[in-house]
Amino acid sequence: MRLSYPTNVKVIQVPCTGRVDIIHLLNAIEDGADGVYVAGCLEGECHYIAGNLKARRKVDYVKRTLEEIGVEPERVEMYNLSSAQGARFAEIANEMVEQVAKLGPTPVKGSCAA
Amino acid sequence: MIVADRKSLEEILSMVETDKKILVVGCKGCVTVCNVGGAKEVEVLASALKIARKKAENELEIDTHVLERQCDNEYVSQLGDTVGDYDAVVSMACGVGPQFLSEMYREQVFYPAVNTTFFGGATQHGVWEERCAGCGTCGIHLFGGICPIARCAKSLLHGPCGGSSNGACEVNKDTECIWDTIVKKKMEQGKVDDLLAVKGFKDWRSARDGGPRRSIREELVEGNI
Ligand code: SF4
Ligand code: SF4
Repeated sequence: MRLSYPTNVKVIQVPCTGRVDIIHLLNAIEDGADGVYVAGCLEGECHYIAGNLKARRKVDYVKRTLEEIGVEPERVEMYNLSSAQGARFAEIANEMVEQVAKLGPTPVKGSCAA
Repeated sequence: MIVADRKSLEEILSMVETDKKILVVGCKGCVTVCNVGGAKEVEVLASALKIARKKAENELEIDTHVLERQCDNEYVSQLGDTVGDYDAVVSMACGVGPQFLSEMYREQVFYPAVNTTFFGGATQHGVWEERCAGCGTCGIHLFGGICPIARCAKSLLHGPCGGSSNGACEVNKDTECIWDTIVKKKMEQGKVDDLLAVKGFKDWRSARDGGPRRSIREELVEGNI
């Protein structure tokens, strides 16, 4: 299965989305990323029981924080898919890129902003 | 522990509006335990402030530091070499912290980033509840180990009042009537008669009503023999 996803998506691997912290998501935005999303396992299927549920709560926190300071919360999202869903992975990447493209470039002019 | 809530970003941003370089300083004491002003929260606040100011095209330089405690001068003094390098300092400790900082560093401006709310504990992960109001004369043993000073909206010593309804307080239906709880506990223990005893007047001078308080442990005070 050769699936392509947009080249402007940079993948950062973590052992479990439970490892993703609020500060990681904020730092991405702070450094000028147009968007950042977390792709976790399906809800109820976390090997560490609740890592993906915790990640979702952290994503929601970041969304609320961005909203408070006038940055579009849609720049941060949480998705759930299983590791067997390669096609869904590519689809999500496209969806997110489309969503962020609609918002336009980040209003946060960080060091790596275009 | 002392429980606090972080102020809104809007409020903190307005405090540092004219500053270009600030220090955000956390505390490893109570505010770390209630997840409001420890190492993690300091970084999150710093990042959020930087994002907001980048967006406003008015970048804010932020350094971060976390003190062991902000309510002890021996730790507060650790900022001595750097505190003057900033336009302002934002403290994430309870209200005690920025006061100790202000007392030691008289030239610097210290902003409180949290609203200090109560003495309490976590009843579940992420939820804290008030348990003590620091009245200075503890009497919880008279009430089945439950404090009506802090937990009854009217601090009644001979409750409940007429507003108690199905275990809820009339002040807020989401608040338990603590007197309902006290009576039920005493009934379970078969000791409800304890509550018939009339308690004498409570001397509120040991509480805030008597003015700011001070505790002295003679054996620890240097210079005392
Ligand atoms: S400064 Fe406040 S939060 Fe920090 S340890 Fe002291 S009492 Fe607790
Ligand atoms: S009786 Fe006073 S000291 Fe004891 S828990 Fe209640 S408020 Fe705190």
